[in-house]
Amino acid sequence: MQFERAHNHTWRKIKSGLACGIAFVSAVLVISPLGLVFFYLLVNGAGSVNWDFFTKLPAPVGAVGGGMANAIVGTLELLAFAGVIGIPIGVLGGVYLAEYGSARINSFLRFLADVLNGIPSITWGVVVYGLVVLRFKGFSAYAGGLALGLIMIPLILRTTEEVILLVPNGYREAALALGVSRWKTIVHIVMKTASKGIITGILLALARVGGETAPLLFTAFGNRFWNHSLSQPIAALPLQIFTYAISPYDDWHRQAWAGALVLVTGVFCVNVTVRILTRGRTASVV
Amino acid sequence: MENLAMETTERSVIERAEQRSAPPPEVEAPMACTFQVKNLSIWYGEKRAIDNVTLDVASNAVTAIIGPSGCGKSTLLRALNRMHELVPKTRMEGTVLLHGENLYSSTVDPATVRRRVGMIFQKSNPFPTMTIGENVVIGLRLNGVRNQRFLDERLEKSLRMAALWDEVKDDLHKPGTSLSGGQQQRLCIARALAVEPEVILMDEPCSALDPIATAKIEELINELKAQYTIVTVTHNMQQAGRISDYTAFLYIGRLIEFGPTTKIFTNPSEKQTEDYITGRFG
Repeated sequence: MQFERAHNHTWRKIKSGLACGIAFVSAVLVISPLGLVFFYLLVNGAGSVNWDFFTKLPAPVGAVGGGMANAIVGTLELLAFAGVIGIPIGVLGGVYLAEYGSARINSFLRFLADVLNGIPSITWGVVVYGLVVLRFKGFSAYAGGLALGLIMIPLILRTTEEVILLVPNGYREAALALGVSRWKTIVHIVMKTASKGIITGILLALARVGGETAPLLFTAFGNRFWNHSLSQPIAALPLQIFTYAISPYDDWHRQAWAGALVLVTGVFCVNVTVRILTRGRTASVV
Repeated sequence: MENLAMETTERSVIERAEQRSAPPPEVEAPMACTFQVKNLSIWYGEKRAIDNVTLDVASNAVTAIIGPSGCGKSTLLRALNRMHELVPKTRMEGTVLLHGENLYSSTVDPATVRRRVGMIFQKSNPFPTMTIGENVVIGLRLNGVRNQRFLDERLEKSLRMAALWDEVKDDLHKPGTSLSGGQQQRLCIARALAVEPEVILMDEPCSALDPIATAKIEELINELKAQYTIVTVTHNMQQAGRISDYTAFLYIGRLIEFGPTTKIFTNPSEKQTEDYITGRFG
């Protein structure tokens, strides 16, 4: 009568149900802040998001209306400049870690990249302030973009390395056995196979630095007008939100809410794009 | 011996001079050699995978390497196109001559070796990002061939040789991974043939395939040997018996016995070979 032993079946079921319930509540707790933040932003900011917000410059104190066109464009410019620095270095560094180098040096480099990823973003602002702003005697879009680019490098490096390591060795061997050189194998076979993963890493890094405020405080500095030269201070959405949020004016507060809503929506859109990109997992490995 | 000399005539004069001064290798019957492996030893780190192996691989014939797992079959096979070097910390001694040319001479680029000595792997590995057609010609493309007409001709020729053309000629734009396992393996063979190698190495090409797909590959191997020298590693003794002309039996990195397949299977000289073939170990 082996089944007799299962007399504690009910108790087991209760335990299982309990564990499942706790896990479910935890999951809801994890997701709820996202819903709350988005809901709160919608309530406070949606009213101020209008055509003017995307097309007009900030209004002077006291004047009604105005927008954040310069900040939106500024953020895009800063991201473009950060990408020019961060994407090639990050991707090539990731390729190096995954494909070349000795195991010992690579584990050291990997450790350094992880340390860099852990450095508070304001530190990058201070570093670039010391290296660029002081030397060239002025805040500039270059300095802001550089600070964001430096933050992107270790992020992209690690994700690129990880997705390249996911490419099965059989593909490398197949290409090498055709007499294809190592470098061409990496570019045309390995990186092509991992391209979705690499692009995902780049987009996530852009989304991450797009919302950074601290590194821009003493580099890009912010600007209430259009930026006409990359060597001049430039506006950025997070900076503008920061400035408006700590101001004493209700009108500016509303603009700050709207800015936050636009920023979060932008980041959200990037993440959705990443989801769509990574959905067709069957065709490629990563 | 005459054939051997003729074979090397076309190759470098220096190698030929060395050939002449060297004592004639002992072969049972005159045969043209593609590879001459001499006193080859290979280490992975401290572990010795191949221990002083010497053998000649006959041209336009199928040579099978058999032996229990971990005996160095794959390493020996990969040493023939320098693929074993991809593993870090490998070290080798001895020489491997391809038509009299030393594959390991310091001036030889491994990529050129591999262009002449193609390889088929245990697990079929068509590139997942490419179509069937792209898979076949990618070796040529990445080696700098741009002429589309030439590529198209080679595409059809290679697929025909791999006995796959009739099955895929209308689906060339479909992903290579959409084919069945056996078709994928023949696609890999077509891909290897497209760069026109002189030798094809096969590392257990049928071990992941069902009997029908296996039969097709074996038939293909039999057809290909008219034009190519084939060296194959196999776990399957019956397969070695069916497809190969020569068999090398390897045990713990040593070449125990090498000779015509019929002799190895019916009248082996070594006790170990007999024990392995009759299934007493391995």
